[in-house]
Formats: sequence, structure tokens, C-alpha cells
Amino acid sequence: MKKAIDILAEFLRGVGQAQYFLAATLAATPRALAKPHLIAQQIYSVGVLSMVITVISGMFIGMVLGLQGYRTLVGFGAEESLGVFVALVVVRELGPVVTALLFAGRAGSALTAEIGLMRATDQLSAMEMMAVDPMQRVVAPRFFAGFVAMPLLAAIFCVMAIGIAGGYAIGVELLGVDAGSYWSQIRAQVEMDDIWNGVVKSLVFGAVVSWIAVFQGYHAAPNSEGVSRATRNTVVMSSLAILALDFVLTAFMFKID
Amino acid sequence: MAPTSTDNALVRVRGLHFGFGRRVIFDGMDLDLRRGQVTALMGPSGTGKTTLLRLIGGQYRPHRGSIAFDGQDVHRLSRAKLLELRKRMGIMFQNGALLTDLSVYENVAFPLREHTRLPESMIRDLVLLKLDAVGLRGARHLFPDQLSGGMARRVAMARAVALDPALVMYDEPLTGLDPISMGVAMRLIRTLNDALGLTSIIVSHDVPETLSISDYAYIVSNGKVVAAGTPEQVKSSGSEWAQQFLKGQPDGPVRFHYDNSDYGADLMRKALA
Ligand SMILES: Nc1ncnc2c1ncn2[C@@H]1O[C@H](COP(=O)(O)OP(=O)(O)O)[C@@H](O)[C@H]1O
Ligand SMILES: [Mg+2]
Repeated sequence: MKKAIDILAEFLRGVGQAQYFLAATLAATPRALAKPHLIAQQIYSVGVLSMVITVISGMFIGMVLGLQGYRTLVGFGAEESLGVFVALVVVRELGPVVTALLFAGRAGSALTAEIGLMRATDQLSAMEMMAVDPMQRVVAPRFFAGFVAMPLLAAIFCVMAIGIAGGYAIGVELLGVDAGSYWSQIRAQVEMDDIWNGVVKSLVFGAVVSWIAVFQGYHAAPNSEGVSRATRNTVVMSSLAILALDFVLTAFMFKID
Repeated sequence: MAPTSTDNALVRVRGLHFGFGRRVIFDGMDLDLRRGQVTALMGPSGTGKTTLLRLIGGQYRPHRGSIAFDGQDVHRLSRAKLLELRKRMGIMFQNGALLTDLSVYENVAFPLREHTRLPESMIRDLVLLKLDAVGLRGARHLFPDQLSGGMARRVAMARAVALDPALVMYDEPLTGLDPISMGVAMRLIRTLNDALGLTSIIVSHDVPETLSISDYAYIVSNGKVVAAGTPEQVKSSGSEWAQQFLKGQPDGPVRFHYDNSDYGADLMRKALA
């Protein structure tokens, strides 16, 4: 019992610390934005890290959706709705969620390891002693870059998945879906609201993953074991946070509709 | 920058008390770094030498006592004033602590870019000047992971003096260097100090090398200064502790063994168990 209370107290302290850290990061962001080249560099490196894996995953998810969707819909004689089915599933759910999971595993873990190593090798201390604020120079640009890059990656994922699903169903398998109806159904039935839902989710997931990643890196114990633990924490905590938040956001969005 | 105080000590530490949790690191420590001099601070690993440098830089706050830099109490300054003060201190960390995503050139340029609005041509002149002083002008395109330990520290030295600070702090500048690099590094510290009119502190446990270029030396143990003076005075110090440290003897007031229970008794206990 006492142990459980200790663990809970430890967890709550961590949450408090993380909130304080987020506030400090946001406070440092305006000054970090004054050096746009640092942000651009981070968006580039975060984007490049995650781009290939996002594109490939989008393709495979697209192929699976094309196949599964067609097999299910053809039973109801509704195979011309394949486009809407794929587009809604991808834009509202799979795009943001799968991209965020990949982003956490690829870019989030790399961010944590990078900042943790900077801590372990005294680079952050050295900056402080050179009167340079590491929050402003290191943390804020990376946080902001993650926040911006996630929706872009999710958009790439969505385009890949929807395009490939269509291409697969129409062309490769010759399942008999008509190309015209695939695209016109998407245009007719997918509304701006659906796209907004996806964008909001991507922004939230991007912010949360980046927050967890920079926090874990900054507070990693300054040795190799500490960095590896922090990296693992980033992946596990981000993944759970993404899935839990996805449920909360989805429930909330259906209420508004 | 003209000194704001006419005191002959640039840094004055008085009655310093500090610790981590319950572990006491400094227990009433006094120390002066005189202007223009190279001061050595020696003591075994774990005595708090690095911690002292961080206290001087205002990264930690003393529990009691004071540290004054050029007449200003480091720990009573506002955050903005402290940052201003740090621009007048250069520090070379134990392993160099170079920024791994920047080249040698950009590492030395880093403080200049952050704190000055000099044109690129002048930054280039300054960086090459400092790199030339440490003999690494030719290595400016390399990245930190392409440098040997000795080279990385020399780059860190060039970075530490990039803003022409008043004080330079060297944390273990010799540890892990081969004898030639050691000699080079020591002479470099002396030359930089005299040529640029700096005040330097070297934290080290390499006794003869450090003493050979120092004007003044402190030996610390258990949070206090146990011997202080010119290198000659320190070498002939009456302190049992200082003698043990200087000569590297395992027996004396400082025990080599962590747990000082009797070895024979320990063996017996095992045999009986
Ligand atoms: N951030 C810290 N938290 C807790 N203990 C520390 C911390 N930094 C250093 N110590 C401890 O303080 C003592 C002095 O450390 P340090 O100043 O690095 O010694 P030195 O540089 O003389 O080898 C060591 O025992 C070390 O374990
Ligand atoms: Mg040390």
C-alpha cells in the first residue's frame, strides 16, 4: 500500500514537473522564433527522419484498406463507397494516429536521445555557462518543430494511403471499382469538418509527443543508462498518450458534430 | 572591460558551505583567485572541484558563505546580471563539452554569434585567431566526433577565451592526455593567461604538471583548504594530508580503501560464515 502511494506521489510529481517544463518551453518559444534558421533546421531533421517511414506505412495501410474495404463493401453491393470509407477512416483516425505513433518511435526517441546526450556530455551546462539559455537554444526549437512537422507528416500519410488504396483497388487487383466514382464519392462526402478533425488531432499529438520527448531528454540521468531509459519512456508514454487522447478527442468531436 | 573593483582578487570565496542532500561538499572554504595569476586547485576525485567551478559560475547556490566576482556577489545578482557576468567567464569542461552538431569553427564562433553583432568577416578573424592560438586552425572543418581527446580540449580552450573573458576555468585539462599533449596543454594555459591578460584557475589532480605553471596553489580535502601558497610553499607544507596527496601515498590521513574495516577480520568472518 505504502509502495503504491509512493509510486503515485512520484508520478504526480513528474506530471507537475512536466507541466512546469512545458510552461518554460512555451515562454522560451517567442525568442526561439526570432532565430528561424534554427527552427527550419529542426523541422528539416525531424521531417527527414520520419518522412520515409511515413510514406511506406501510408502505402501499406492504403493497400490493406483497399483490400479489406472492397471485400467488406462488395458483400453489400456498395463497392462504389470504397473511396468514402477509406478517406474517412484515414483522415479522421489512421492518418493522425499511425503517423503520431511512427513519429514517436522515430523522431521522438531521437529527440530524447539527442537532448539526453547533450545533458550527459555537459553540453547543456556549457551553454548555460556561456550565458545561452538551453531552453531557448535547444528545447524550444525542437518542440516547435515537432508541433509543426506532425500535421505535415500526417497529411503526407493521408495522401499516400488514400491514393494507394484507390490505385490498388482500381488498378492492381482489378477489383472492379470505377476510378471516377472512387474520387467523386470522396469529393462529395468528405467534409471540411472531417479534415479539421484530422488536423486538430495531428496538432495535439505532435505537441504531446514533442513535449514528452524534450522533457524526457532534458531530465535524463546524465549517463548512458539514463539516456536509454529516457528514450524508452518517450516511446512508451507517447504511444499510450496518443491512443488515450485519440479516444478522448474522437468522443468529443462526435459530440460537437 | 575595466575592473569595477580595485581588489587584487578577481574571485573571492569566503566561508563557503555547500552539499548535495546530506552529503557535505564544502565546509567553510576560503579561496582567492588573484588577477593575472594562474591558480591551481588540487584534490582527489570527488572532493568537489567541479562543483566549485559551477558555484563560481552561479549554476549552484551556496548554502552559506559568499562568492564574489570582481566585487559582485555572484548569488545575489538578478538572472539578467548573472548572464552578463557569465560572459566574462570562460570554462573548459572536463571532456570539452563541445556542441556535437557544430563544426570546430562553429563551436568557437558560437559565443560570438550568440552575444555579439559582429560582421561575419570579423567573427572569422577572431575564430581563426583563437584556433591558431591552440594550434588547430587547420582542423576548423572537423566535427567534434572526429577529434582526439586532446584536440577536443584545445578547441574547448579556444571557445572558452572566444569572448576575451576576465576569468578562465579549466576543469581537469590534463586527465587522459599523453605526456606530449599534456606539456602542450599546460604551456598553452600559461601562454593564454599571460598573452590575453586573463586570470586562470586549473582544477586538477596531476600534481607536478599543474604546479609547474601555477603562481599559487590550493589543496583541498573534506571541504576545506588544507594547504595553500606558492608551489614551493605547498610542496614543503607541513600538512600531513597535503604530503600524502602530493606524493601519492596510499596510507595517511586519507584512506585508499572505501570501507575501512579490518581486512583480516573480514576474511575471518567469511571463513566462519
Ligand atoms: N548533481 C549532483 N547531485 C548529487 N551529487 C553530486 C552531483 N554532482 C556531484 N555530486 C557529488 O559531489 C561530489 C563532488 O563532485 P565533483 O565536484 O564532481 O568532484 P571532483 O570534480 O572533485 O571530482 C562527488 O561525490 C559527486 O558524486
Ligand atoms: Mg570533476
